[in-house]
Amino acid sequence: MVMQYELKTMYKFEVEDLNAWFGSKQVLKNIRMKIRDRKVTAIIGPSGCGKTTLLRCLNRMHETTPNARVSGKVFFNGINIYDEDVDPVQIRRKMGMIFQKPNPFPMMSIYDNVAIGLRLNGVKDRKKLDSIVERCLRMVGLWEEVKDELNASGVSLSGGQQQRLCIARALAVEPEVILMDEPTSALDPISAAKIEMLIRNLAKDYTVVIVTHNMQQAARVSDYTAFLYLGELVEYGPTKQIFEKPRNELTEKYITGSFG
Amino acid sequence: MALKKYYFHKILNGEFKGDDMFKLVSNFFALSILLITGLMVYELVKGSWLSIQRFGPWFIVGTVWDPVFTQTFSTLPLILGTLTTSLIALAIGVPISIGVGLLLSEYAPKRFAWLVSFLVELLAAIPSVIYGLWGIFILIPFLRHNAYPFIQSALGFLPLFSGPIYGGGVLTAGIVLAIMIIPIVSSVSRDVFTAVPRSQREAVISLGATKWETCKIVMSYARSGIIGAIILGLGRAIGETMAVTMVIGNKFKILPSSLFDAWYTMAAIIANEFTEATYDLYVSALIEVGLVLLMVSLIVNILARLLIWRMMKFVRGVVQE
Repeated sequence: MVMQYELKTMYKFEVEDLNAWFGSKQVLKNIRMKIRDRKVTAIIGPSGCGKTTLLRCLNRMHETTPNARVSGKVFFNGINIYDEDVDPVQIRRKMGMIFQKPNPFPMMSIYDNVAIGLRLNGVKDRKKLDSIVERCLRMVGLWEEVKDELNASGVSLSGGQQQRLCIARALAVEPEVILMDEPTSALDPISAAKIEMLIRNLAKDYTVVIVTHNMQQAARVSDYTAFLYLGELVEYGPTKQIFEKPRNELTEKYITGSFG
Repeated sequence: MALKKYYFHKILNGEFKGDDMFKLVSNFFALSILLITGLMVYELVKGSWLSIQRFGPWFIVGTVWDPVFTQTFSTLPLILGTLTTSLIALAIGVPISIGVGLLLSEYAPKRFAWLVSFLVELLAAIPSVIYGLWGIFILIPFLRHNAYPFIQSALGFLPLFSGPIYGGGVLTAGIVLAIMIIPIVSSVSRDVFTAVPRSQREAVISLGATKWETCKIVMSYARSGIIGAIILGLGRAIGETMAVTMVIGNKFKILPSSLFDAWYTMAAIIANEFTEATYDLYVSALIEVGLVLLMVSLIVNILARLLIWRMMKFVRGVVQE
């Protein structure tokens, strides 16, 4: 019982022997890692190392790509999300996902962009929607900027604002986890800094997993860092340790910029 | 003039290159579209001048077509017939086409999708007279003996579905037209659905959307494209002549007694009566019907443009792929 309790509180995800393929190409090999609750975990590594795939395996998005395949187990709150009787739709509702490029829905207003997740869940009460939309936009620091144009299209905003809108959209369904796939790579430095601050704030209430190719970003925002190379988890530990005293030679080479 | 001078100058100085030639040729082709349209309107107006002078605006709002005794012509019933059959075609054909488009872009495995696309596009290659023959020999008997009596027994209390059943008629024309517009509408909607960026689908899937909810987002993203597809279908339905003539019954009356009754359309009356038009005013009136048909298509197209334009005004920013 005690063990189980600890497991529940400390770890949000437990990944066991996770393998993933695109067609016949194996992109993830026997990944085992535990991701802590209410911490920011960064996944770093050179291009093509499988970091995005690992992230997408956590909410069963990987399998939505044609020819993609997964084996292994991912425990989320102690439940294997790859179990046969688990509905991926229900799993995804508990996790928000932010993509490389902001992808608000252009035919929807700013308001509807945030409210859509709730509407998918069947929330129709206007007052409830209003209050959640406002709260989520405040959380991402967008409320003051857009409160007078909530009916404008989601793509009328700047790139950085759009990305924060996407984060608000993900937050609206009250997920337990936020998965971010290089969320600042398409943004200017100032917008990126805003998002990084936001990530630190989110870690108070949410488990954040962030894929980044920017090592400074990983060092700035994350509590734990995983280094992936050619589909294998090379090293995983507290960010401070990974960046200051990496145990693996490969990790050291990567973070000192010798390759990648 | 300025353009001429520009090229003249270039030729004199030996600077007239392939690039300029290409520009000149493509400008000419672009202008020729305007030219042809202009010429068409001119010829139509010229041909129908007799009828325009005689009947004026009454030609559009009047409800008499009597070539034999009073030699009076007007087209309101024909306009209504064209619009009604086209709208029935849209009502039946568009949902099917959008369904086919969604199947091909979202659900079907690649090979199956390829096969279905091929078959659907094959439908577009069938000449309309074949659709007409198929309508007469296959569809009409089926509708008369099976489908229509059933519809009437269920919905006969509505005036739309009461009255005698001949087989041919307004609804039959609408059904044949629906089948004829399915290829174009479904292949264009498949294309606009496929063009929706993957990032849009992923955004909604990651929010925990079901397949159908994902399709709704795809459709909302492609909204203006779907309207474009519908307009192409409507254009085809409005102008379709042969198949409609063969199944609609060709009866000039203000309003049919029900959807099962015979009626007439603009294109059908031109095809049917042109060979019988024995005096100048008759011919002229038929040409004016053609002019009105052109105007109706034009108005429908302009309305559709306005609709798309209004929709796109909402989306000011650049959509990121």
